[in-house]
Amino acid sequence: MGYVSSTLPPMSATASPTAHLGSRPSRGRRSRRKQADRIGDAVLYGVCLLAALLSIAMIVLIGYQVVHGASPAISKFGLGFLTGTTWQPNFGEFGAGSLIFGTAVSSFAALLLGAPIAIAIGLFLSLLAPARVRGVISPLVEMLAAIPSVILGFWGILVLAPFVHENIEPFLHGTLGFIPIFGAAQTTGSSVFTASLILTIMVIPIIASISRDLFLAVPRDVQDGASALGATRWEVVRGVVLPSTASGVVAASLLGLGRALGEAIAVAQVIGAGSEIQASLFKTGDTLAARIANQFPGALTELHKASLFYLGTILLVIGLVSNLVAHWIGRRFSFEGGTLR
Amino acid sequence: MSRDTVFDPTAPLTPTGNLRRRQVFSRLAIYGATAAAVLAVGVLVIVIYTVAARGASALNLDFLIKGAPAGIGPELVGTAIIVAIATAIAMPIGVLIALFLTEFAGSRATHLIRMTLDLMNGLPSIIIGLFIFGLLVNHHKQSGIAASVALAIIEVPLIARGSQEVLLLVPGSLREAADALGVSRWRAVLGIVLPSALGGILTSTVLSVARAAGETAPLIFATSVFDPGKYSLNPFEALPNVPVRIYTLSEEANPTGFAEAWGLSLILISLILFASLGARALFARSKRKMA
Repeated sequence: MGYVSSTLPPMSATASPTAHLGSRPSRGRRSRRKQADRIGDAVLYGVCLLAALLSIAMIVLIGYQVVHGASPAISKFGLGFLTGTTWQPNFGEFGAGSLIFGTAVSSFAALLLGAPIAIAIGLFLSLLAPARVRGVISPLVEMLAAIPSVILGFWGILVLAPFVHENIEPFLHGTLGFIPIFGAAQTTGSSVFTASLILTIMVIPIIASISRDLFLAVPRDVQDGASALGATRWEVVRGVVLPSTASGVVAASLLGLGRALGEAIAVAQVIGAGSEIQASLFKTGDTLAARIANQFPGALTELHKASLFYLGTILLVIGLVSNLVAHWIGRRFSFEGGTLR
Repeated sequence: MSRDTVFDPTAPLTPTGNLRRRQVFSRLAIYGATAAAVLAVGVLVIVIYTVAARGASALNLDFLIKGAPAGIGPELVGTAIIVAIATAIAMPIGVLIALFLTEFAGSRATHLIRMTLDLMNGLPSIIIGLFIFGLLVNHHKQSGIAASVALAIIEVPLIARGSQEVLLLVPGSLREAADALGVSRWRAVLGIVLPSALGGILTSTVLSVARAAGETAPLIFATSVFDPGKYSLNPFEALPNVPVRIYTLSEEANPTGFAEAWGLSLILISLILFASLGARALFARSKRKMA
């Protein structure tokens, strides 16, 4: 939604909200009232400004606290922490390499699975479904995002993981086993693959609702023009709708990626907390966020805690970058973050 | 029309050759998109059905009011306290930010604040947990208040963005009429603009509550060490709460614990779904009324 100037009060063009006041001297009750109004205006403006500044201060403070908590580990391990793959709290040795690997693999797998499905849902909701169907399906898809991650993770442990372990993993290993990522199934269903599926479920509603809004905004007459030239439904999508919204769809996918990278609880529940870098998706693994959630309550040494904060710092940097890039790419569209609509 | 067919004026008007191929492809694409939507709804139905089927058997009055191991009363009360305090903190801040954006900020400030809100919204909740640990829990102790502050940080951007959206829908003519009558800015905002946007503001608050109630990651840092058997009402102590309890039970391989966790999940998920569906319906109505 653009910033429509007609909805702005006229004086917002000037910097000060009190600029229109007090240009004419007056006396008595009126002047006292003007005095009160001047104070009221200033107070309202001040309080609003304060709240806005608070939000900026919060981001800065969060960054400071996380880096501050990580500082012992940063000074001890330096940047070598990023590539080190040993994680042995008992020996005071920490490295984030396998966790960065696990985070990247699980999130990209989720995006690879989820983005095409979500974009297809966005197309269905915006261009194919009749208004009444859209009115029912749209909120249902967004409901997926409302399921708390802890419940999704719990469902993942008890329902999804056994199913994946008994059906999907043997099938994929049997048919595509020559590709190393589809290795032999392990003893339980806790695996990077299961975690990716859970993340896929989380990513879909985000990308779907944003891309639906993007597609809905594509002017109808351009699509009709393409149809009139003989384009089929798909060719309209391929030739008109997708190209004109491509950057917005990329931004939406980045937001989904950011969500997948940062998800801690559900991943911690189903990924199995492995510590090695392995090619097979069916082995256990771990991510930055999940490792923090798993080990922080039991962390005893200061260095262990600081290392977990260091993981948080990495996560914060990745998260901020992906969100900033998404914001920058998507600024042309200014979508609503998928919360209200 | 493919090249080797001879033009035959009596042939029926059905697509052949390339056009036919294109139409088949298009139809397949439509089926694919429909299947994707069905898949997403299917996953939602499966998750909710599992939770309902397995949770329903645990539900009875004792389960709702007694402490562990018989029930989940303390967790429900604790979560209610934590979320209530969080909303009491977040709602005024969120609404004020929205007012700043719609009533005062120039375009550059608007961009900056909106970007900040987007960043806050995109922040992994585990980071907020680390932040709260560093700020309020480390060197002190766990408390419900710390959890509330963490959830407030999650709620603020949601409330601010939602409120901004409805504030922008307040007709400009209302503000102009107020200006024309010589009504000062703050009276116009508090007396006219805010009341007419109230429905939408409440809606976005309810939605943010629905989001915050299920957040687990920050609570692991702020209020995870509690006795699930005892009611606790003091927000300056660690409070029992639903999400952390589900998380703990899910990590222990214990069938009775699983049954309790399913019950908790059912309560939590139904509260959240009803709140967000209801809020959405309300929002759609108030939006229609205002537009």
